[in-house]
Amino acid sequence: MLAQTDLSRLIFGRLTLDALPLHVPIVLWTFVVVAIGALALLGTITYFKLWGYLWREWFTSIDHKRIGIMYMILGFVMLLRGFADAIMMRAQQAVSFGDNLGYLPPEHYDQIFTAHGVIMIFFVAMPMVTGMMNFVMPLQIGARDVAFPFLNNFSFWMTVAGAMLVMSSLFVGEFARTGWLAYPPLSDIVSSPDAGVDYYIWALQIAGVGTLLSGINLLVTIVKMRAPGMTMMKMPVFTWTALCTNVLIVAAFPVLTAVLALLALDRYAGTNFFTTELGGNAMMYVNLIWIWGHPEVYILVLPAFGIFSEVTATFSRKPLFGYTSMVYATVVITVLSYLVWLHHFFTMGSGASVNSFFGITTMIISIPTGAKIFNWLFTMYRGRVAFEVPMMWTVAFMVTFVIGGMTGVLLAVPPADFSLHNSLFLVAHFHNVIIGGVLFGLFAGITYWFPKAFGFRLDPFWGKCAFWFWVVGFYFAFMPLYVLGLMGVTRRLSHFVDPSLRIWFELAAFGALLILCGIGCMIVQFVVSFRRREALRDTTGDPWDGRTLEWSTSSPPPKYNFAFTPRVHDHDAWWMMKRYRYQRPLDGFVPIHMPLNTGAGIVMAGLSFVFGFAMVWYMWLLAIVSFAALLVVAIAHTFDYHRDYYLSADEVRRVEATRTELLARHV
Amino acid sequence: MSELSTTLPASGAPAQPLAFHDTAESHPPNGTLLGFWVYLMSDCLVFACLFAAYGVLGREYAGGPTGAQVLELPAVAVNTALLLLSSITYGFAVLQMQRDRQRPMMLWLAVTGLLGAGFITLELREFAHLIAIGAGPQRSAFLSSFFTLVGTHGLHVSCGILWLIVLMTQVARKGLIPANKRRLMCLSMFWHFLDVVWVGVFSFVYLMGVLP
Amino acid sequence: MSMKALRAPLLSLAFLLAGCQSVLMSPSGDLAVQQRNLILTSTVLMLLIIVPVIVLTLWFAWHFRASNPKAHYDPEWDHSTILELLIWSAPLLIIIALGAITWVSTHKLDPYRPLDRLAAGRPLPTDARPLVVDVVALDWKWLFIYPEQGMAAVNEVAAPVDRPIQFKITASTVMNSFFVPALAGQIYAMPNMETTLQAVVNRPGEYQGFSANYSGNGFSGMHFTFHGMSEEDFARWVAQAKANGGDLSRDAYVKLAQPSENVPPAFYATVAPGLYQAILTHCVQPDDPSCLSRMQAPLPGGEAGMPSHPNSSD
Repeated sequence: MLAQTDLSRLIFGRLTLDALPLHVPIVLWTFVVVAIGALALLGTITYFKLWGYLWREWFTSIDHKRIGIMYMILGFVMLLRGFADAIMMRAQQAVSFGDNLGYLPPEHYDQIFTAHGVIMIFFVAMPMVTGMMNFVMPLQIGARDVAFPFLNNFSFWMTVAGAMLVMSSLFVGEFARTGWLAYPPLSDIVSSPDAGVDYYIWALQIAGVGTLLSGINLLVTIVKMRAPGMTMMKMPVFTWTALCTNVLIVAAFPVLTAVLALLALDRYAGTNFFTTELGGNAMMYVNLIWIWGHPEVYILVLPAFGIFSEVTATFSRKPLFGYTSMVYATVVITVLSYLVWLHHFFTMGSGASVNSFFGITTMIISIPTGAKIFNWLFTMYRGRVAFEVPMMWTVAFMVTFVIGGMTGVLLAVPPADFSLHNSLFLVAHFHNVIIGGVLFGLFAGITYWFPKAFGFRLDPFWGKCAFWFWVVGFYFAFMPLYVLGLMGVTRRLSHFVDPSLRIWFELAAFGALLILCGIGCMIVQFVVSFRRREALRDTTGDPWDGRTLEWSTSSPPPKYNFAFTPRVHDHDAWWMMKRYRYQRPLDGFVPIHMPLNTGAGIVMAGLSFVFGFAMVWYMWLLAIVSFAALLVVAIAHTFDYHRDYYLSADEVRRVEATRTELLARHV
Repeated sequence: MSELSTTLPASGAPAQPLAFHDTAESHPPNGTLLGFWVYLMSDCLVFACLFAAYGVLGREYAGGPTGAQVLELPAVAVNTALLLLSSITYGFAVLQMQRDRQRPMMLWLAVTGLLGAGFITLELREFAHLIAIGAGPQRSAFLSSFFTLVGTHGLHVSCGILWLIVLMTQVARKGLIPANKRRLMCLSMFWHFLDVVWVGVFSFVYLMGVLP
Repeated sequence: MSMKALRAPLLSLAFLLAGCQSVLMSPSGDLAVQQRNLILTSTVLMLLIIVPVIVLTLWFAWHFRASNPKAHYDPEWDHSTILELLIWSAPLLIIIALGAITWVSTHKLDPYRPLDRLAAGRPLPTDARPLVVDVVALDWKWLFIYPEQGMAAVNEVAAPVDRPIQFKITASTVMNSFFVPALAGQIYAMPNMETTLQAVVNRPGEYQGFSANYSGNGFSGMHFTFHGMSEEDFARWVAQAKANGGDLSRDAYVKLAQPSENVPPAFYATVAPGLYQAILTHCVQPDDPSCLSRMQAPLPGGEAGMPSHPNSSD
């Protein structure tokens, strides 16, 4: 008997049937619905015999465009999960007053707000930003792919593995109940002995490997693979922001890795880094995690700034105003983002001089940011502003973001922060900049580059519906939170005493419903656009009369992006080519050097997922086996020297001839 | 496209047409070494965090042993010598590689690996001794940060040795082809990097640690 | 487009006006009043640039729309040195002003700094001695110890109007944040560490206080009432607590410190000597390993407690 328990412990660790949410109806039903959905999806794929196609053309693809698209799909799917959490929180806070405790007990509610934050930052915003850079940046610099195509595929699947680990916490065991940054001592083994924080740690560590590698990859791509003639100061602004973002990723994510590793050591090995005993110092965790956390904010928002720059210039039919100052503003923000982390915890009592130093450095960031806003403003000035959907997102962003920026600077004044810290005012502020900045930017970018990725535009009617629902919904959902913050309401509460607050929470819940309609419109938009794809077809490859190189190739671009490497003479390279009446070459093609697909990335990420899961549940045997397998696969992969091939000139000629025919038919 | 005409410069297109694409297949320069360099810098940040943690917690003995009580400089001096020497022998290996002399290169690589293994063995002995006398990583914040910093470095060296073995196999099978040379250069950077980190560990942890 | 888009800022303005009635905008303690004034000043200062930007955005977007043939179109115009100077210097000037305000106010309103006035135009009387209250954040309730009065209370705290209060704040297990919005800004309550808040209440009344940093399951119920009272009422409050309360011995504290949620107010007539210091140093139970270690190897500072500035070691 005893031997048997030992054996089952060795195999299953601390995972027992109790970890399955059989007794929690909400989770059980969620599980049933998700399972049915997943089965339906898998069934459809099997029925249409798509597995082989997906495996060959997508899962093992090292094409940066396909990987970029897969990142976007991951981000969008996770957005649905993260938003489901948001709706549940809004509903709970709108009803949970006085004797009514709402429908979510604290242990459930606390998981939801933690999961919401973790998912929205790490598995919605990060994949979407990375996906956007992956898809657009190599096209903008006239490259054929990224510097390390296999690494790109591996990075993507590691991000997926992390996301899957978070998702499995929904149905096996529980997620962390610590808030999205898992401050100790609350997250240490004494206060949080269950598997939640371990899910958090391993999900972020595994996804973090992907993020770091993709940061290195894209950074090297920009430095080494720009088309001839494209000096740094001739790069498109989106590429500039991608460069700065990847510098930030490379310089910030190792800190997250280190600090989470220390937390894991505290939890697994009994060390005393952040414990309250034997000399540990939990405040060191808070410092370290924000040294990563603040640059992270700029990692997300800089590419969004890049997108707005491209969109404003294209739809105003003018070059971007103040290109040089835009670039310098981006670089200044990049550097300054490392000097402000302490503004996240003025209330720790660091002393007035330290607090004011960090308060003032924070304010200084608003100077280059302000300059950027003015630059977009003056790009519209004397332009011909076409109100296509991406431009609408941009205008909404400019109005919304300055409000968020203002409240941000307000929070950077330490004595004001003493009153507003951790309040719903703060929650409203960062949603104001993340939704109004990052998300609006991503939506603008998705609409803008969708025809490039798929060869047809998104339906503008449903795009405008989604836009209005989102924008109005955003104001309804978050302006009340500013008010509640001024009423001294703190965040992360699952129950309230004062009934006079209720109306504001109901307004916010209404706003969340509007946003739900916005997301619904987006889904409808995708479906409708797919069905109307012939009417929305982009035959020219340049549907918006664009300015940068990605618009010079076909939509969707061929595998090799450009039949001949473009030569750049000024920024807005494609605009210049059009001005000079550039003629597409029709012959003289040469074979093109291309990377080969490989399944190593998805296999290694799958093993990482197994390893992470085993570590969460203390399944030591499985952990050792999966880790060893991971090592073996990785080493075996390095023995594969056959990683590239040449696409024959005939093939290139055939592809290009198809495009010539298409262009001739439609012009 | 109708807008195009309005945006043409008044003077029209210049006389000399500009070339807007390369007609031959152009290869961008290989980015592996730069990429690996960037990775090393990010790894350096991991160590920076561990150093910072040691800086904060290095004197939090919590009633347990202090650095002066448990750290044995002579053993560490031997250890340091082994690692520094292994960097030099790796350098010799690279010199041989540049002359395409595979056999001596393999020999130097083997010496490097052995020196590294010696370093790891001594370090493990030190750890075992500390744990045996009750100065394990759980004892105090000082010891937690000490074991983590030194252990992370040791883990890196172990990975380096594994990588070295894999590379030697690959060179044995494929010879000194460009891909293998590139890999050897990456490992070289990695190995020297660990050496530099060790100099930091040695001065910051051991030398300063034995000060009262 | 423009009207609908204008609705957003107007709406937010209306919201902000509604917020004027809120506790942060009409507080009852001098510190909170000054913080309120600071919030208003900074907001007005920033609106100087925010409002023009919003108006210009909407105006430019509308005026230069593609369908407006009257708007001037200059497809090559992408640089103007004067404008560049202007758009960098305008935010710079605002930030210089705001930075100066920040530097001064952060030092003036530092929660550690002893008060120098009771309210605007009312300097501190020379004989004023602050009322010391030791605050301990427990799972999930607040313990207030009055060393001068030798009493303690759970989830209820009182202080005389116009007498400076010195809160010394720590926590038993996890981090919380001590916050009475009507009185003053918040400050973290951290285990093993002590923070300080110097404040004064100017109007009698009952004010909400709570933890402003999420601390686990019972967090939502972790609130207390702060009473601002006249000297006599305060004396009566103390006497009542002393008459009805039990003893807060070390054993009673250990029992109290066990996790519990939505705890009603309770009082203690006596407090074990040195209890607060023992909580701060993890020495309530002498066999606590942390306490033992501290006994053997005192901190370099020579004190038993932690430095009051937790970041001083960074």
